Amino acid sequence: MSAGRAALRVAVLFPDLLGTYGDGGNGLILARRAEWRGVDAELLQAVSDAPVPEADIYCLGGGEDGPQVRAARTLIDDGTLVRRVAGGAVVLAVCAGFQVVGRSFPGATGEGHEGVGLLDVETVKGSGPRAVGEVVAEVVAEPVAEAVGLAGVPALTGFENHGGVTALGEGTAALARVTAGVGNGDGTEGALQGRVVGTYLHGPVLARNPALADVLLSWALGDASLEPLDDSAAESLRQERLGAVHRRGRLHRLRR
Amino acid sequence: MRTRLASATTRAVNAASRRLGRGRGTVAGGRAGLRVDPRLLEHLSAGRQVALVSGTNGKTTTTRLLTVALGATGDAVVSNETGSNMPPGHVAALVGSAATRAVLEVDEVWLPRVLSATGAAAVVLLNLSRDQLDRTNEVRMVAGRWRAALAAAPRTHVIANADDPLVVWGAGAAADVHWVGAGLRWQHDAVGCPSCEGRIEFGAGGGWACRDCGFARPAVEAELVTAADGDGGGAPTAVWADGRRHELRLALPGRFNQANALLAAVAAEACGIDAAVALDAMASVQEVAGRFTVRAFGAARARLMLAKNPAGWDELLDLVAGSPAPLVVSINARVADGADPSWLWDVPFERLAGRTVVATGDRYRDLSVRLQYAEVAHSTEPSPVGAVTQAAGADPDAPDALVDVIGNYTAFHDLLGAPT
Repeated sequence: MSAGRAALRVAVLFPDLLGTYGDGGNGLILARRAEWRGVDAELLQAVSDAPVPEADIYCLGGGEDGPQVRAARTLIDDGTLVRRVAGGAVVLAVCAGFQVVGRSFPGATGEGHEGVGLLDVETVKGSGPRAVGEVVAEVVAEPVAEAVGLAGVPALTGFENHGGVTALGEGTAALARVTAGVGNGDGTEGALQGRVVGTYLHGPVLARNPALADVLLSWALGDASLEPLDDSAAESLRQERLGAVHRRGRLHRLRR
Repeated sequence: MRTRLASATTRAVNAASRRLGRGRGTVAGGRAGLRVDPRLLEHLSAGRQVALVSGTNGKTTTTRLLTVALGATGDAVVSNETGSNMPPGHVAALVGSAATRAVLEVDEVWLPRVLSATGAAAVVLLNLSRDQLDRTNEVRMVAGRWRAALAAAPRTHVIANADDPLVVWGAGAAADVHWVGAGLRWQHDAVGCPSCEGRIEFGAGGGWACRDCGFARPAVEAELVTAADGDGGGAPTAVWADGRRHELRLALPGRFNQANALLAAVAAEACGIDAAVALDAMASVQEVAGRFTVRAFGAARARLMLAKNPAGWDELLDLVAGSPAPLVVSINARVADGADPSWLWDVPFERLAGRTVVATGDRYRDLSVRLQYAEVAHSTEPSPVGAVTQAAGADPDAPDALVDVIGNYTAFHDLLGAPT
């Protein structure tokens, strides 16, 4: 093979700043699912003190308050991510990463910070206890989801751990509606704008929701009919997690 | 008077709880005693030389090694050996003992309060890394609290790992620090400078410094030199800046345990025991609270190992890398483990490719998905004992082969306590 660019480049942005919650797994999952279908894929661990690389899919994960502020500043100053998204690149941003690609987010003491602005969302510090636990959320079946191929994605499962409340602006749609857990704080979970997806779900989210991984891949590869993979291990995990949340919900109702 | 009543309460509740078969009876009694006398830990510490051991990984082992070291010249030493590492556990350990020396394992978050209650003579700081994600104990915050607490304890000897920038920040304002080059394999939680939020750079030779503010590895009093450091392939050796050298001959495996022993030796010296005497005493420790125990399950024999977080897994995967033994990996996500096993994706399971691997534990499904993407062929078996049996039978040519088992906290204890 030539030394040229791989057919698909997946970049995990700033594992040194946004690498606290295992979300780097999302990048690995995307690269593997492409390779297993014969697509030459390259996985880049893009640290924050080097220029942001050119990639087709960018993954951002959860992190602590201080490093989150640094990540936003670095992405704004660098400019590559905004330029690549304008050119059609796909973004999956989780938790702190989700907040960072919005318009504004809170720092350690609640003070506002400017985000990268890829999603029309604003996050503030919530007044209640931190949202920690399992989430189940149904993908929103609205024209926007229909149009981008998300409509067939089954219920999202994941684990949230955040203190933020995220309000969706007019330019962005909710990714899903929570049936268990907190999510954005108003009954919605995550956000979708163009090819940029934000979510609070760890797990990592693509490990528990391979159908969402394939939607992102189909956007990046321009191929809506990816051949199916053996997802029996993930399906077994999904059923077990959905069942655990369901059981806990029944228990709660019984106690009340 | 109040202390005597509180002590009696602690003993009575512990004895009752043991009789009722509710655990090892260390937390309930300690809690009851602290309710009667909130300053019970302070009172029970008075008149003793207390040493504390804290950090993310290696606490229980280092506590055991230091306990043996401080007893090397015949003194009685008391310790919270059951691993209950918050004040109820400390109180329960001290209450029945007349020992003049105490070694206490302390939860990282509780260290400031336990330090102030015990007026410890020595504090050993091992390392700080991510652990139990759903508990939001951001490691930088913990380091900051250590720093303030140790600055307020000028008579305490601090024995600290100079290779972990977060530990150096935590110890850096203390009056008397013995810096030890103990090593740090897992550096992912230390790249953000705790002093200025700039960037820490790690050099090939083991040094580190912040690129932005000058915060850097301090000069060490002693360090661990191993074959991996290119020192002629000899035995692991403790080397002091004053020219002393002492070869480590531990029964416990792994570089991380050699590092724990060196930190314990420097702490022993600060407590009045010669470091060489301390190291020789530690050599005989073969297992600590079940870690590295070999247990039989029917015809199968398994070596049980515990790893609680990515840094611990990184060390143990390195330890078993040279072994051809079939491997059982067991994962739970109960309260003591943390409810979110996302950290599995921070563990370099890719290193297991080509080996016989069986995934088990409550959360074997999460592990199985992780192993699939690591391209590690494996089987799954929900029952941990069943997994050991399955792994042992995997190689028909070696039916009595030893199985390596690595589990996280409750998964490890499930197997340790399982009927054979």
